[in-house]
Amino acid sequence: MEMLLNPLVLLANFVLVPGLAYGSQLALGALGVTMVYAVLNFSNFSHGEVMSFGAMITILSTYWLKSIGLSISPLPTALLALPLGILGTIGLCLLLDRLVFRFYRHQRASSVTYLIVSIGVMFVIGGVIRFVIGPNDRNFNDGDRFLLKAREFKEISGLSEGLAIKSSQAITVFTAVIVVAAIFWFLNRTRTGKSMRAYADNQDLALLSGINPDRVVSITWIITAGLAAVAGTLYGLDKSYKPLVYLHLVLPIFAAAIVGGVGNPLGAIVGGFVIAFSELLLTFAYKKVAAYLFGEGLFGDGLLQILSTDYKFAVSFMILVVVLLIKPTGIFSGKSL
Amino acid sequence: MNKPSKNAPARNHIFSLPADWSAHRRNLVLACIMALMLSFVGFVQSWNLAFSLLNMCLISAIMSLGVNIQWGYAGLFNAGVMGFAALGGLAAVLVSMDPVPSAWAAGGGGISLGLVIGFVTICVNIYLWKRARSQGKKRYWLIGLVVVVGYSLMRMTIDPSVAAIEAVDPAMTGYLGGLGLPIVLSWIVGGLFAAAAAWVVGKVALGLRSDYLAIATLGISEIILYVLKFEDWLTRGVKNVNGLPRPVPYEVDLQEATWFQEIITQFNLSIVEASSLLVKLCYAGLFLIVLLTIIWLSESALRGPWGRMMRAIRDNEVAANAMGKNVTSRHLQVFVLGSAVIGIAGAMLVTLDGQFTPTSYQPLRFTFLIWVMVIVGGSGNNWGAVLGGFVVWFFWIEAEPIGLWLITLLTSGMEPTHWLRLHLIENAAHTRLITMGLVLLLTLRFAPRGLIPEVKR
Amino acid sequence: MTFMIGENMVGGYGSTDILNGCSICVDLGEIAVVVGPNGAGKSTAMKAIFGMLNLRGGKISIDGEDITALAPFERVRKGMAFVPQTHNVFNSMTVEENLEMGAFINTSPIAGIMAQVYDLFPVLKEKRHQRAGELSGGQRQQVAVGRALMTEPKLLMLDEPTAGVSPIVMDELFDRIIDVASTGIAVLMVEQNAKQALGIADQGFVLVQGENRYTGSGTALLRNANVRKAFLGG
Repeated sequence: MEMLLNPLVLLANFVLVPGLAYGSQLALGALGVTMVYAVLNFSNFSHGEVMSFGAMITILSTYWLKSIGLSISPLPTALLALPLGILGTIGLCLLLDRLVFRFYRHQRASSVTYLIVSIGVMFVIGGVIRFVIGPNDRNFNDGDRFLLKAREFKEISGLSEGLAIKSSQAITVFTAVIVVAAIFWFLNRTRTGKSMRAYADNQDLALLSGINPDRVVSITWIITAGLAAVAGTLYGLDKSYKPLVYLHLVLPIFAAAIVGGVGNPLGAIVGGFVIAFSELLLTFAYKKVAAYLFGEGLFGDGLLQILSTDYKFAVSFMILVVVLLIKPTGIFSGKSL
Repeated sequence: MNKPSKNAPARNHIFSLPADWSAHRRNLVLACIMALMLSFVGFVQSWNLAFSLLNMCLISAIMSLGVNIQWGYAGLFNAGVMGFAALGGLAAVLVSMDPVPSAWAAGGGGISLGLVIGFVTICVNIYLWKRARSQGKKRYWLIGLVVVVGYSLMRMTIDPSVAAIEAVDPAMTGYLGGLGLPIVLSWIVGGLFAAAAAWVVGKVALGLRSDYLAIATLGISEIILYVLKFEDWLTRGVKNVNGLPRPVPYEVDLQEATWFQEIITQFNLSIVEASSLLVKLCYAGLFLIVLLTIIWLSESALRGPWGRMMRAIRDNEVAANAMGKNVTSRHLQVFVLGSAVIGIAGAMLVTLDGQFTPTSYQPLRFTFLIWVMVIVGGSGNNWGAVLGGFVVWFFWIEAEPIGLWLITLLTSGMEPTHWLRLHLIENAAHTRLITMGLVLLLTLRFAPRGLIPEVKR
Repeated sequence: MTFMIGENMVGGYGSTDILNGCSICVDLGEIAVVVGPNGAGKSTAMKAIFGMLNLRGGKISIDGEDITALAPFERVRKGMAFVPQTHNVFNSMTVEENLEMGAFINTSPIAGIMAQVYDLFPVLKEKRHQRAGELSGGQRQQVAVGRALMTEPKLLMLDEPTAGVSPIVMDELFDRIIDVASTGIAVLMVEQNAKQALGIADQGFVLVQGENRYTGSGTALLRNANVRKAFLGG
């Protein structure tokens, strides 16, 4: 029995738990990208920086809350600061829409024009972030580090492999479930949510039905901003905050959105987990698992890794390229919110 | 001493006589302003800096020409500039560095065999994908099997060889080295590398809608970079390749040469500064030759029937298709050509730096900044792309001192140790990102055709 | 007084005018049909009346109020509803959600109106949880008309509602449209199937090159020898 349980725990510890957390972060990011794509019809390259901005506001608010002595230990103070981060990000997105994107919407600009515009926006937000908070690494997780320590697990279970769950991972998954549930409830059950789906489905007919386009667009930005702030903060909590990282996070996020079928919220979530688990499974060293199952030394002294860990981030790009080649519409094809 | 006035745009009349003289004059004025800005740096900061700037401006101009060929002529959004430039850099290493015989002996055979296996696997897959359509779902299983077997075989042959190569004097070499040929050759090879990669990328991605093309090329360029960063046997990876040979004399040699010392005495210059200036001047001359050649080639192509056809395709793809133009193959052609130009510039950049640093390739600097150059300069116009390359690179570098100067000026009323003042001064470097973003956004909004708009022919 | 009047409308896309001063009107409880050859400006006239096209001359009034300057979604609030010829349902949404979206501007409960629409189109009630994109062409047209009725309009405008449906379905759709008009709603429609459409029309407008060529009651136009020869194939 232990021969089977040990490798399972090993996989759970290094693939399942981190995969669930990373997948949730990607899914939240991809959901934001997909919303903008469905309603506003463009690929928003600045989404990564918007996430970073949300995380930054949350971090600054965390420092402020701590300075006035507020905390919700053992949970990280950042959770208390998150609403402020969301509000700040909503403000940013609405401002950007008013100053930048609205002009192109009224012009009915092509999606490439939008894309270039969003690159400009990416530059500006990125610059502002580095200007305000600097380019350095910041760890702002002041809560308990572990929900379950590997040593504790070993003692309880008597197995030789440990299973550790970081509290940031648990918080990430928990928050993501709540947020996703709220989004789906909003889109499928409320009048406003349905009007957003209607607008995404058929813009002209939505106008004929008396749906106010400006309102739909504003709500889309508000939701996108909220998602971005939550995703950015959770990623920062889990892996520490570094402005440069978010620029690179855009690609796995787009990969997730496209793999799932861009414009489709369910697809974005599935895509997020597909990307996260592929990254982990392809770069996991199966040596120990094989040793448990088939005994030591059967496969020589190789790590039994499909890809070197160096290529972890490249996995998402490879999947992206393969999906674009084979099924550009993604798993849940078509654009429907 | 006013060399920057040699800036390409000023020579507009040699290549094209615009019917509209006022537009021509405007371009001339813009070029002169650019020259003045560079001279200003020479007088205020240093001539050494001014010439470094000029050299980088020339390379940027070539890169933005490459992007302009793809975007301006054909409306293709290539967000993988970084990857093609890096491939050019790789060419510089592989052409100019001396081979490492002991590394070849240790693992050259294994690597070659492994690469052949990888290539065969890909070919078999493409064959299966195209020919086995009738097999239905079985095709996917077949392809999956071929991938697994081929990949395992490849890893089994390559892995030991890689370890052996990387163990050969890792502090100095640890890679296969290059061919030991003159580095200028690598400019052509870099173009060929990028062209070959672009052909593959184009085959994969050109059928996609435009924003997918952008994402796909961005992803592929990241993959290229990962390979260059982590395949140490090929590029030494993050250990970098230093001391690439030069196409121009070394400062030290100049300083020791009697003829140089004699010339120097006639000017009022220190010998160290003068030698460094002369080296930069030599580079500038070489770069200028390349730039003018590429402009001449692309301007003649644009004016011929090929250019007319490209514009027709860009402006109305459906109609061009209906008229029997093969849009996809034209797109592939233009994508390959543009990428080749970017590859040439990439090789030139590494030549100028004298080292290949894979980690220095960032999408912000190598992809998006080049895009700002094209948009600001004027997409569809070669002279615009060149001017854009100059202006944007200039401000990319000078935004930092200008920002610092502005902040110091604005906060001069504050206490010198005020936290806000210190914070602002410390982070002044980041104003360049904001500046570039704003320049791009303002251009798109208020002058979407750029500084030198496309000439309607 | 006539409920909706579009008077001397002049306008088009870009520099060329498609409408050259044509007038169209319809009263409550009546069916008005616009027919004419291809390119006569029938659909353009509908778009102009609904405000999707800027007019360079003429005026549009509803219930005596001038609405020439209003945007389409504001006209919806004035009691106008428009069913486009194509892309007239939300494909990814269920039938019921489509109807709900139709009633978007209604803040009062909509169960009553929805029941009326289901009475009018019983097949929709059956398929109310199916996505509109999965329905047949005729059923989709019913969803489209149903969606428009959900705003409780006083004027229902239909752009070629029978395009691409079989003759049997067309007859059924026309029956439904008569039912709609009998509830006191003004119906204005453009039709390719001129003969059948004029058969149910209280008022008919024959447009040629953006001008009124013949106007009269449906039966009068059907009897008019010139109209028959030129537009109804004898």
